[in-house]
Amino acid sequence: MREVVIIGSGPAGYTAAIYAARAELKPLLIASSVEPGGELMKTTEVENYPGFPTGTMGPDLMTDFQAQAERFGTEIMFDDVVDVELKGDTKVIKTGGGETIEAKTVIISTGAAYRELGLPKEKELSGHGVSWCATCDGFFFREKTIAVVGGGDSAMEEANFLTKFADKVYVVHRRDSLKASKTMQQRSFDNPKIEFIWNSEIAELHGEGKLEGVTLNDTVTGEKKDLEIQGLFIAVGSDPRTGLFEEQLELDKEKFIKVDGRTSRTTLPGVFAAGDVIDPTYRQAITAAGSGCVAALDAEHYLAGH
Amino acid sequence: MARDVTTEDFQKEVLDNSLPVLVDFWAEWCGPCRMVSPIVDELGNDLSGQLDVVKVNVDHEPDLAMKYNVTGIPLLGVFKGGELVKQLVGARPKAAIQSELQEYL
Repeated sequence: MREVVIIGSGPAGYTAAIYAARAELKPLLIASSVEPGGELMKTTEVENYPGFPTGTMGPDLMTDFQAQAERFGTEIMFDDVVDVELKGDTKVIKTGGGETIEAKTVIISTGAAYRELGLPKEKELSGHGVSWCATCDGFFFREKTIAVVGGGDSAMEEANFLTKFADKVYVVHRRDSLKASKTMQQRSFDNPKIEFIWNSEIAELHGEGKLEGVTLNDTVTGEKKDLEIQGLFIAVGSDPRTGLFEEQLELDKEKFIKVDGRTSRTTLPGVFAAGDVIDPTYRQAITAAGSGCVAALDAEHYLAGH
Repeated sequence: MARDVTTEDFQKEVLDNSLPVLVDFWAEWCGPCRMVSPIVDELGNDLSGQLDVVKVNVDHEPDLAMKYNVTGIPLLGVFKGGELVKQLVGARPKAAIQSELQEYL
């Protein structure tokens, strides 16, 4: 029987692991088989994580999180959780690799997954012009004309990064102002390769076997027009990964796990949640890390009382 | 280890292969590709005799990447009888890839 099992390997999961390991709880962290390290693995330069005055690379930061967690005795399993039983004093977790793990406490830090536009052809053209990861796929768009859809920090970061490769990057946003931070906004406005298309959403994707263009819908006038592009990067937010838990834990209407006030306590005793999976608002590496710390301390406190 | 194929031997190794072939389009600089690569090797061993598994480095073989309109990697393509019959984009767990392959074995 494990004292603590942590599901997820982003900043929340690894920070929970560091604290739980230092409390000698010998945590097991289930990191996923193919996407360990979470969202930051898909970023390049991280400029706002405190302690790095000249910035750091997202993947390097996560490698260091992992090393720090392991230094204090965290065991890491590169496998995927496929089933959980969270009610009762003994929590049971099953993995895709066929393991069954029992634990007294579980910390859920499964993060959020990229949202799709929900358009016909989106799946078919994914990998053939439609992408969710600029750092993964930007390379293929050298000297091409492409578009990024979205208005947040991720969208601006992708757009700026993609100008290293593409000749022209349109940013398509459904409003007339951006949600992104002022720094990212200014950087995008100053970039000569970026052109904004305001008050517009993507209505249709065109192309057979590869993306050739899109139809834009003006959100104010309803007017439609075509835009010829070879690539479309989708950065319209993400949804919490809570499918495995929705029948056992209380979720809010957007499917984030509900926690009690400023704690990480879910609606089941011994089950804690941290990071983007509980946070529809801030979603930063540093807030996730902070919330992972909270979860580990809450789990430690719970174990001391049992 | 799955072997690398090139533009020169793609016809012989993939299109003319009597078995279905899983082609892993990848590159050195692609993090998710490095996660999928060992899974692809394992599948090659597990499914030996039913499915052939090869890799295409898109940096070395841009013509093949262009021919199949690859703009996102890792991209796993299933070729059967010389036709690309299935493609999976992005890293996914072994069990998920395996279940997608079932119908082509």
